[in-house]
Amino acid sequence: MFADRVKMRKFVQRRDEPVKIMRQVLYAVICSVLAMIPPALAQDAATEKAIEKYRQMLKEDPWSNPGLLDADRGEALWKTARGPKNVSLEQCDLGKGAGKGAGKVDGAFAELPRYFADSDRVMDAETRILWCMEKLQGFNPADLVKKPHPGGGQPVKELGAMATYVASKSSGMKYAAKLDKPKEKQSVALGDELFHRRSGPFDFSCATCHAAEGLRIRLQGLPFLENPKEARKVVGEWPAYRVSTTHVMTMQHRLLDCYWQMRMPELQLGSEVSVALISYLTKNAEGGNIAAPGLKR
Amino acid sequence: MKKISLLIGVLALGGVAIAHAQQKPAIDPAKADAVVKAAFPTANEVFAPRLMPDETMRQCSASRNNPSKAAAAAIRAREKAAIEYPADGNYMGDWKKGEALAQNGYGLRFTDYPPTRANGGNCYACHQLTKKEVSYGTLGPSLSEYGKLRDYKDADVKAAYEKIYNSHSALPCSNMPRFGANKILTIDQIKDAVALLMSKDSPVNTGQ
Ligand code: HEC
Ligand code: HEC
Repeated sequence: MFADRVKMRKFVQRRDEPVKIMRQVLYAVICSVLAMIPPALAQDAATEKAIEKYRQMLKEDPWSNPGLLDADRGEALWKTARGPKNVSLEQCDLGKGAGKGAGKVDGAFAELPRYFADSDRVMDAETRILWCMEKLQGFNPADLVKKPHPGGGQPVKELGAMATYVASKSSGMKYAAKLDKPKEKQSVALGDELFHRRSGPFDFSCATCHAAEGLRIRLQGLPFLENPKEARKVVGEWPAYRVSTTHVMTMQHRLLDCYWQMRMPELQLGSEVSVALISYLTKNAEGGNIAAPGLKR
Repeated sequence: MKKISLLIGVLALGGVAIAHAQQKPAIDPAKADAVVKAAFPTANEVFAPRLMPDETMRQCSASRNNPSKAAAAAIRAREKAAIEYPADGNYMGDWKKGEALAQNGYGLRFTDYPPTRANGGNCYACHQLTKKEVSYGTLGPSLSEYGKLRDYKDADVKAAYEKIYNSHSALPCSNMPRFGANKILTIDQIKDAVALLMSKDSPVNTGQ
């Protein structure tokens, strides 16, 4: 069953040995738990239990989260002079002003998405980093959004590593994005609309899979993202290290992947749709804990 | 069993209804269309038409899957008219092929393009069917013993065909894909799925 997803994902090589061992242990636990399941009626509950046990194992030792390496890589990238203009991103204003001092990155993620006057747009963390890479460092945004996300087994790309770093610097805080300026409210409302917009040959919307409690696709639990209680639990775990694909997945990547399941084309990183959906999800998760990078199946 | 399925369906719809009751500023539909068009710049000629919902999808999205009586009637009539029936009037194919189809989730993703084989129905993503398959989703009701519970009646065989061909013809704004109407599955594949649900020797009905 987990092997299904594994096959589907076509992931190939693994990044390093500890991760490989961790995965083997996890699969072994799941298989042994599943093997003990009596047939028929008990199945549903037992399946849920096996999945829960697996989640717990993932969380027991947070330092084993390989996503922390990407946060470190992201920090180094953030502070290194790069791009055609050869400057670092320390001048990138994430909403708390620009500059080297602590406090410019610390806590910034907890207040994103937000409206930025310089670009006259609402932006989430990844969209803001993309913007700074273009405006400050002189990178060509068309290159950056061309293949922005890693394939299975590959490490998260530079932008994603920096997003992981930025998010990790709000870890332990609560979501406190205000989202009360007119353009921010507009973005949340647009996200709400898009969340319920059915399209594609399967007639899916986000709400098809995320608008009720306790449902699953095959064995994958579907969080009820419209519900603040559930949104607060999961939204703050992104970017997250995904064991099934052995890399960090960012929220922009997560959304692309859900549109993939909807049989839609590739969602562009930094598009208004992606920012609006993130605004909507963040609004629903208001007050929830940020625990990034998280660990996911 | 049927009552339980119904209850699950009602609960699922209930979740949608609660969300619908929340207040929100209105979004101009033209604005939503425009941002969606801009957000998927790599869409080729196969994928670009998917960005715009058809009338049924629009009515369902606008009402948060809770259409007014009039809209529901319009959807039901439109979707019923979109059903194509097998030329020979036989609704049942081969349950073995139906089971393979129910397991298979291939098809129509951008990573499935250009296609290398026939699309699957992926029924197990949302439904319990045979007892043997424990990896099933719960977005839809359990279809275990579907035919047996209906005494294998001809009318229910036809209804199952119509449901799979076009779910909205039976329940406007259903969360189940319109497999025939949206050309996900062929008529023959739908007949195989009907056989999986409705034939006496199918594992769905023999309890395997
Ligand atoms: C066909 C089903 C389906 C649709 C449609 C869908 N998703 Fe998902 N979504 C999933 C599944 C399955 C997972 C969990 C994936 C996993 O565990 O690997 C998920 C996970 C997520 C998560 C992470 C939740 C967590 O546990 O941390 C978010 C956020 C999300 N989806 C948002 C969306 C948005 C926004 C849309 C619409 C653009 C959408 N989804 C459409 C199936 C879907
Ligand atoms: C994305 C989810 C999804 C998929 C995939 C799906 N269904 Fe469904 N199905 C539902 C939901 C939700 C319902 C209940 C609402 C309704 O009746 O439309 C349902 C209802 C049904 C019913 C009517 C049940 C009753 O109470 O009489 C049948 C029959 C059915 N599905 C068959 C299938 C078959 C066969 C397939 C695969 C070819 C399939 N479904 C794939 C979601 C799905």
